[in-house]
Amino acid sequence: MLIKTILRLAALFLAVLAFPAAAAINVFATVPEWAALAREVGGDRVNVFSATNALQDPHRIEARPSLIARARSSQLVVATGAELEIGWLPMVLREAGNAAIQPGQPGYFEAATAVRLLEVPVRLDRADGDVHPGGNPHLQLDPRNILKVADALAARLALVDPAGSAVYKANLARFADKWKAALVRWEQAAASLRGAPVWVQHRAFPYLSDWLGLKELGALEPKPGVEPGSTQLAGILERQKATPARMILRPAYTRPTASDWLAERAHIPVVVLPFTVGGSAEANDLFGLFDDTVRRLLAALK
Amino acid sequence: MTFVRPAALCAALAAFPAAAFAASPAATEADLKQLREQLRELRDNYQQRIDALERRLAEAETRSASAATAAAEAGTTASAAARSVAEARTEAGGTVNRPAAESAFNPSVSLILDSKLTRFQRDPSSYRIDGFIPSGGEVGPPRKGFSLGESELAISANVDHLFRGNARFSLAEEDGAGVVNVEEASVETLALPEGFKMKFGRFLSGVGYINQQHPHEWDFADAPLAYKAFFGYRVQNDGVQLRWVAPTDLFMEFGAEVANGGSFPGAERKANGAGLWTAFAHLGGDIGDSSAWQVGLSHVRANPRERQFGDQNPTKAFSGSSQTWIADFVYKWAPNGNSSVTNLKLQGEYLLRRETGELAYDVGGAGEASSAARFRQSGSYLQAVYQFMPRWRVGVRGDWLRSGTADLGTLDPAGLPILAGYNPTRQSAMLDWSPSEFSRLRLQLARDKSRDGESDNQVWLQYVMSLGAHGAHKF
Repeated sequence: MLIKTILRLAALFLAVLAFPAAAAINVFATVPEWAALAREVGGDRVNVFSATNALQDPHRIEARPSLIARARSSQLVVATGAELEIGWLPMVLREAGNAAIQPGQPGYFEAATAVRLLEVPVRLDRADGDVHPGGNPHLQLDPRNILKVADALAARLALVDPAGSAVYKANLARFADKWKAALVRWEQAAASLRGAPVWVQHRAFPYLSDWLGLKELGALEPKPGVEPGSTQLAGILERQKATPARMILRPAYTRPTASDWLAERAHIPVVVLPFTVGGSAEANDLFGLFDDTVRRLLAALK
Repeated sequence: MTFVRPAALCAALAAFPAAAFAASPAATEADLKQLREQLRELRDNYQQRIDALERRLAEAETRSASAATAAAEAGTTASAAARSVAEARTEAGGTVNRPAAESAFNPSVSLILDSKLTRFQRDPSSYRIDGFIPSGGEVGPPRKGFSLGESELAISANVDHLFRGNARFSLAEEDGAGVVNVEEASVETLALPEGFKMKFGRFLSGVGYINQQHPHEWDFADAPLAYKAFFGYRVQNDGVQLRWVAPTDLFMEFGAEVANGGSFPGAERKANGAGLWTAFAHLGGDIGDSSAWQVGLSHVRANPRERQFGDQNPTKAFSGSSQTWIADFVYKWAPNGNSSVTNLKLQGEYLLRRETGELAYDVGGAGEASSAARFRQSGSYLQAVYQFMPRWRVGVRGDWLRSGTADLGTLDPAGLPILAGYNPTRQSAMLDWSPSEFSRLRLQLARDKSRDGESDNQVWLQYVMSLGAHGAHKF
């Protein structure tokens, strides 16, 4: 068996060496939004793999064998950071045996380092639920953050793949121009949302609220990652009577039960937001993500 | 006299305050100096703080100005600029609150509390797996009633840019005395090229599937019977491991280990070199978005010399070669790969062991009898765990062992009743509730027929609590 294994190992090794090195670099993105961004900035020079899809809870992913295999042959890992992927990414990176993508290496990039995080907890205690010490990690829902991350990502791609730096720079410039134009469009369209009071199912939207000026009255989850109970929801219904919200926001990957319960009794709509690229049929890229998000919010306001 | 006295008194009176004053200016001078010093210090201190605050304010203002211009350029409104100012302020404030870096290098520490309340029909201290040479490991159930069980203390951190260290101790109590066992103390490489990884020290072998899981990660309160019978519940050894992950989209991992082989299926050694060798291969991948799978094939080889078993009176020992094959699979399903609401996990392993060598035992004063002996034994388990709603899981497990036919050569089988042919089985069912990723409460029912002719109905209540660092679990 041992000899057979070694022989098989050697055969595989030779087969791998025989393959010509591909021109493109492999990018391992932990979540769909960074996969989409890597495609925008990297263009044809990158092969992008997204470790999760939009209907998966990014907090609860397993270190699946397929992820380890993809990480093994990647040159760059694009993660959100702020401990969003703490339950699985460290294991994938350690098991992959790929020195280039370990934290601290140029091949490991965290979007959270490029932006200012909101909701940084003043108290770290597991009794407070699934808190992230660095701040709220759902930073992709502020399009201004996307621009900052794009900037940093282009620089990082140029570091990992110096031969393509001109391409990344040009792609970034093109993306940034288009993005800034879209930003004006979204902000003008969403002007009526400013100050609109909302409930959120999970504390997933501080960046969106910050950008559009939504007024979050509170979260249905009593603590991050803890399902709301009936007393919690009844309390929120009471508060809704005193300070009425216009809608309930819920990311596409969460369970509908709690928000539907409240919506039915409070007679306000639940807005299922795509949350990331692929979270709805329209959100097929980053532009679509915000087009659809703004459209759904406006539709709920009417 | 009467004149003089008042004069003296006056003089004294006049002199007193003078004297008092003469003395006091010196004291006041010192006090004042001190006070002035303190005031200056205070002022300096505050000046520095005020300077720092002013600096920060200036920074915030410049930032807000640039943010405002940027905002204007980008077409955002003035309120957004105002928010940027607030953010800039909080950032300026945030730099002050950053913790001192001294503790940042502390390794991540986690403590697992694992305790059980049990109800057994049979006495756990008489536990044995009939038909199999006792593995000598901690295979028996815990004591009846409340038992503290093992607490696990795990410490890990990157040593430097090349190595990562990982240690795990189990803390238990045996017969009223505290016992610390070194479960793992290993170093793994971080920067070997081409997908290679090396691990050395004491570690859990990469063979099989459940072997690398720590007891708190098990889906049941105890280990599969096959692992108990064949490995003393796990292959853990002091040695070196080399692993290689193939650069393919299909997960392919190959590994081999060389180890001391001082514990079952090896035996305590006095020789140089190694006593246990393993080789393993794992393949894995996804089927669509909802399913993931992994299969593996492993081999464990040991050459025990005088591996003693049973109570040592009379002495029984086995010398020869022990080879075990393990085939394992695990399949996980979750709708769309989102395991938070419902998910299913199927897992099973098949173990086959061949041992050939010499069996010797003391035939009660009449000297030692020994003969060539040959065993071919197998075991397996199959389990399914289903999460039917968030935080609640239910699971079933079946265990089967086949003692096979023991060829004892010229020995009289009557002298070795534990090797009489018997096929132990066990059925278990469990229900667990995990309020968070860090806590789990479990109820387990089992019917254990490890002992020939004695069925043991078991009820287990268990809690597993994890404190400290957020460990990432293997697939």
